[in-house]
Amino acid sequence: MNRATIDVWVGVFVAAGFAALLFLALKVGNLASFSTNPTYQVQAKFANIGGLKVRAPIKSAGVVVGRVTEVRFDNESFEAVVTLNLDARYQFPRDTSAKILTSGLLGEQYLGLEAGGDGVMLKQGDRLRLTQSAVVLENLISQFLFNKAAEEKDGKEKK
Amino acid sequence: MAPISNWRTSVAERRAPGAASRLLGRLGEAVTARLWRLGFASRFFGYMLLHSGTALRRFQLTLREIYFAGVLSLIIILVSGLFVGMVLGLQGYETLQRYGSSEALGILVALSLVRELGPVVAGLLFASRAGSAITAEIGLMKATEQIAAMEMMAVDPIARVVAPRFWGGVISMPLLAALFSAMGIFGGYLVGVQLIGVDEGAFWSQMQASVDVREDILNGVIKSVVFGVAVTWIAVFEGYDAQPTAEGVSSATTRTVVTSSLAILALDFMLTALMFTGGNAR
Repeated sequence: MNRATIDVWVGVFVAAGFAALLFLALKVGNLASFSTNPTYQVQAKFANIGGLKVRAPIKSAGVVVGRVTEVRFDNESFEAVVTLNLDARYQFPRDTSAKILTSGLLGEQYLGLEAGGDGVMLKQGDRLRLTQSAVVLENLISQFLFNKAAEEKDGKEKK
Repeated sequence: MAPISNWRTSVAERRAPGAASRLLGRLGEAVTARLWRLGFASRFFGYMLLHSGTALRRFQLTLREIYFAGVLSLIIILVSGLFVGMVLGLQGYETLQRYGSSEALGILVALSLVRELGPVVAGLLFASRAGSAITAEIGLMKATEQIAAMEMMAVDPIARVVAPRFWGGVISMPLLAALFSAMGIFGGYLVGVQLIGVDEGAFWSQMQASVDVREDILNGVIKSVVFGVAVTWIAVFEGYDAQPTAEGVSSATTRTVVTSSLAILALDFMLTALMFTGGNAR
């Protein structure tokens, strides 16, 4: 095996290896979707965020308009404070409402924005006033059971 | 004289003659011998790192070893990657379609390859394909007294023979693991999309939405670098430490494969525990 042949083969090998890494980063990972667009931050308070995680998508009308960058607990109001990183290309009215939604029946949770009608747009550091917490399945079921029990009790008393 | 002397003489000197309990003595000897060996291996590792200047300055030496460790392992890595990916595609589809979420096949294939199977299986293959070759080569050089001849000529065999092989292996391993993962994802795509008929758009877009470049891909690459260091360290050490006989070389080769496979699996558990379970709050 002479030097030149080895060099060529090692070159091919290293190039193929880096091509594979690039393929993993761009096609398999989401490096391509990382936008370098300018963003602005908005905060929203929720009574319950369910399973919302950092980096969860923020969607408006089904289109991804940003990502959740921070989730923390406010020890004064006992609520969760979520920081939203929104793409500066998308401007929303000040009375936009935020909901925590689930994709599919048991899929991952994301933040849905519904635009309001205010003429003034949201800007860096604003807070969303209208929020709707995540639906907790256990609460729904217990509510349903309590209602059911109350109905039956009413029915018996009337008789 | 070799810069690093053999540990065996030291153990033999230290053994107390006429021990009361032979069994206990033997047990103790086995443990001490292993500890000495581990210590010697660590000293060897440090010495090798300190004296790898030659391997990096005369890069042609390392390039040759990349050829033997990396290029010659390409075929086995690519073919097994393809098959592992195709099996993942079949099995994953079989399970996922029961829950009506066969579009998640892309996520399943990509995450299991990038996080676990890529580095681990490529590491195991690398240990048995390249690691054993490195051990056998160095062991044979020792058995045929080439190493001793180098010392006579004042050439440091660790700098000239061992370090280039080590760096060649360390450079090759992450590239091989990346190729394995890429090939596996391609195999999963072939079976999932082309053969079974999962929607192509959903396959790629769901994959891209849930594979994170830093969390998943970078951690996979870190894993493969760690495995590369572990496997080649074990391989060069076993070769250098082999008994200079035909039997010694063969048992050293076996030890390389066994020890490095165990090391890969144990390290994989530790790295996974560090990398992927700490981020519950994310």
